[in-house]
Amino acid sequence: MTAALRFDPIRLPPECEELRKEVRAFLADEIARGTFDPHQPHSEDNDNREFAKRVGAKGWLGITWPKKYGGHERSYLERYVVTEEMRVANAPTRRFFVADRQSGPVLLKYAPERIKMDILPRICAGEVCFSIGMSEPGSGSDLFAAKTKATKTDGGYLINGTKIWTTSAHIADYMIAVFRTSPPTKDNRRHGLTQFLVDMKTPGIKVNPINQMSGQKEFNEVVFEDAFMPDDHVLGEIDGAWKQATSELAYERSGPERFLETYYVLTELVRSIGPNPDARAAEGIGRLVAQLHTMRRMSVSVAGMLSAGKEPVVEAAIVKDIGTLWEQALPHRVRDLAAFVDADVTNLPTLNEQLAFATKIAPKLTIQGGTTEVLRGIIARGLGLR
Amino acid sequence: MTFASSARSYIFANVKSTPLTKHTISHAAYAGLRALIMHPRLSPPCLFTIMPPTKKQHSIRSFADETCLNNIKGASVAESENIVVEAAERIFADLADSQEIIRTANGSWKAPLWNALSEAGLTLAWVPEEHGGSGAGLADGFGVLNAAGRYALAVPLAETMLAGWLLAQGGISSPEGAMTVAPASPRDAITLNADGTLSGRARGVPFAKEAKHIAVVATGAKGVSIALIDVSACRIDAGLSLAGEESNTLTLTDARPLELKPAPVDFTQNSLLLMGCVVRSLQIAGALETMLDITVRYSNERVAFEKPISKFQAVQHNLARLASETAAALAAATSAADAISNARIFDDAVMLEAISAKIRCSEAAERATGIAHQVHGAIGFTSEHILHRLTLRALAWRDDFGNESHWAVELGKMVCARGADELWPLVASR
Ligand SMILES: Cc1cc2nc3c(=O)[nH]c(=O)nc-3n(C[C@H](O)[C@H](O)[C@H](O)COP(=O)(O)OP(=O)(O)OC[C@H]3O[C@@H](n4cnc5c(N)ncnc54)[C@H](O)[C@@H]3O)c2cc1C
Repeated sequence: MTAALRFDPIRLPPECEELRKEVRAFLADEIARGTFDPHQPHSEDNDNREFAKRVGAKGWLGITWPKKYGGHERSYLERYVVTEEMRVANAPTRRFFVADRQSGPVLLKYAPERIKMDILPRICAGEVCFSIGMSEPGSGSDLFAAKTKATKTDGGYLINGTKIWTTSAHIADYMIAVFRTSPPTKDNRRHGLTQFLVDMKTPGIKVNPINQMSGQKEFNEVVFEDAFMPDDHVLGEIDGAWKQATSELAYERSGPERFLETYYVLTELVRSIGPNPDARAAEGIGRLVAQLHTMRRMSVSVAGMLSAGKEPVVEAAIVKDIGTLWEQALPHRVRDLAAFVDADVTNLPTLNEQLAFATKIAPKLTIQGGTTEVLRGIIARGLGLR
Repeated sequence: MTFASSARSYIFANVKSTPLTKHTISHAAYAGLRALIMHPRLSPPCLFTIMPPTKKQHSIRSFADETCLNNIKGASVAESENIVVEAAERIFADLADSQEIIRTANGSWKAPLWNALSEAGLTLAWVPEEHGGSGAGLADGFGVLNAAGRYALAVPLAETMLAGWLLAQGGISSPEGAMTVAPASPRDAITLNADGTLSGRARGVPFAKEAKHIAVVATGAKGVSIALIDVSACRIDAGLSLAGEESNTLTLTDARPLELKPAPVDFTQNSLLLMGCVVRSLQIAGALETMLDITVRYSNERVAFEKPISKFQAVQHNLARLASETAAALAAATSAADAISNARIFDDAVMLEAISAKIRCSEAAERATGIAHQVHGAIGFTSEHILHRLTLRALAWRDDFGNESHWAVELGKMVCARGADELWPLVASR
């Protein structure tokens, strides 16, 4: 039996439950003081610098990182708890989410000491925002078709080309990007890309916002014209970015945000249905909760594997595939079940507003961070089929 | 205490490297020893002969030599927690091979398989030693039933284990032979009459026609009771599950039980049904594991358009979905088994786990069986092929102890009654 199917029933240790209480109390306090509205999922749009700093001050960013970089040397499972509580509360995490989840870990692994000492403590303090520069107009699922070029020059590289769909580039301080340093070789088409740390204030970088169908302005086009990257901003092996991507993807793909993105509509549905559901509503809700519980148990299990130092790439792909399809279908299922809710129920306008928003963002969920088809390719490889 | 630890402590205490000593040991130690004897990592094989059991005890003769003893005491076995499961799997592999079962057609495989299972102490795994069983932990037993699912096992092992567990809840000793439990559906109930007899009807009782005794949850004026009845005390009507196994309607009319005891506080018919749900979930997940295994293998062997069908992306993506559904089923079932193994009462959290497992495994069964058949093409639709033994059982097991629609309604009611803002805390508490 393939090992990728072992999702051991990991239970969160007591320190996680202590932490969960603290996070809930903190969020309740933030809601009370009007920082954000938990019923407004797109409040996440708001780039809230002060909130980010308060989260950092709590010690909840860079939780697992070494103390000398501002981290807290706590477990990956504790990070999991913070992430899921923030997600479910619809907290405005935009400023720090990517940095904490994946950019920081990449820097920890590949950046020179000077850069680590400079940037990591600021991520932990909630002061810096990161973006990810992988996709290009001619390169999406096929990451290794990227063309944006890094040409060697004195003391560094000159970058020319365009990245696209770059979430948060308009507010980001840094980007971690892949650029082409060499052409691919005959026997390895993945060869030739190098990971760089990009300071977004570098002259020659232009960020053009792109509007989304949901009305949000999350992503951007980023144009590079002779933008200079110093040598010490190279992350890891030159031409060898393809070797570095795997563990990053396990972090990126298995987290609670991969099935909780539209969760609020389920809460609101339960509220609108009230304590005495008819059989139809009860059955619908029961199935959704059973599916949710199962995904969460799988996701916690992957967190346990990450915590134990493994690289559960296939397991993470399974969680993201099932999870994103579920969160994508959720607004539609909730709409089905809400069809017979009494029109006078007081929270119905809130539910309808949330449904409209969730339905509009649903299409992106199975595209960002690796499409359904790409994930199934990874799972198939795990089964030894390719 | 688990089988393995019983056996180990027995060995440490008693077995010296003396040839030909006769020992008298408990059922648990006996079962553990059998597991050890059959353990593939023990080489050379341990030399124990098993004497015919007496009512209370088993005897063995040990011819253990120094190497054998060191092997038993050695770390490799001591660290293996799955020794019971591995022992069960060996029996299944030897005596419950699906291809062999299809070949023999006449059911002659059943008796040897059943004898091996009961001799190994597996049928009464969940019965404490003082009630005549082998006193395995819940977790070990769940592992055995997950393995039974992998073999599409078609003898009443799960039912007998469940019955033994139920009787033990009432402090009733288990008799020998196959058993089953009633009611097996949330829509039925058995009544305890004032005179201590039982009346009522239970439908879809698995393997009732092959059982000697039935463990019953009954409700009377004074609450819930657990009873042991002889099959001769009730009417059992013909009926078959989707997989062609006995699934019978049981009618009790003022039937006098052999034993009758009050159930523990908080124990209800739902406790039995939820336990049954977790058992069926593990069996479904096991069947899906084997389905995935043989379907992947077949896709690598079958050639179409001059290449193995596993090279077609459409087939790869179907198999990826089969793997994901199998993973979800396994995760849900093992999480629920873990929850029940560590719970003292069936509270909301255990309900969430057990019900979710039944719902999610049943959903996975539909999707996974569809893909497995699709990838196999026509060959998988034949009676000679083993696929249907797995697919029909996975689908049939959905029906027992309340189907997923029933439990979804129960879970939905529970969630709504707790209120919207209590949903996330419940999910996050697991
Ligand atoms: C909201 C949002 C935010 C994003 N944020 C970022 C970001 O911050 N940084 C960043 O770098 N990128 C970001 N992306 C881009 C995202 O990573 C890409 O959209 C994704 O990788 C798919 O690439 P594509 O859009 O070019 O589609 P394509 O790769 O052109 O794919 C189109 C379709 O073809 C399918 N397809 C492609 N190749 C195959 C194949 N081999 N087999 C089968 N099917 C195939 C795909 O699955 C898809 O269905 C974001 C996207 C969205 C929607």
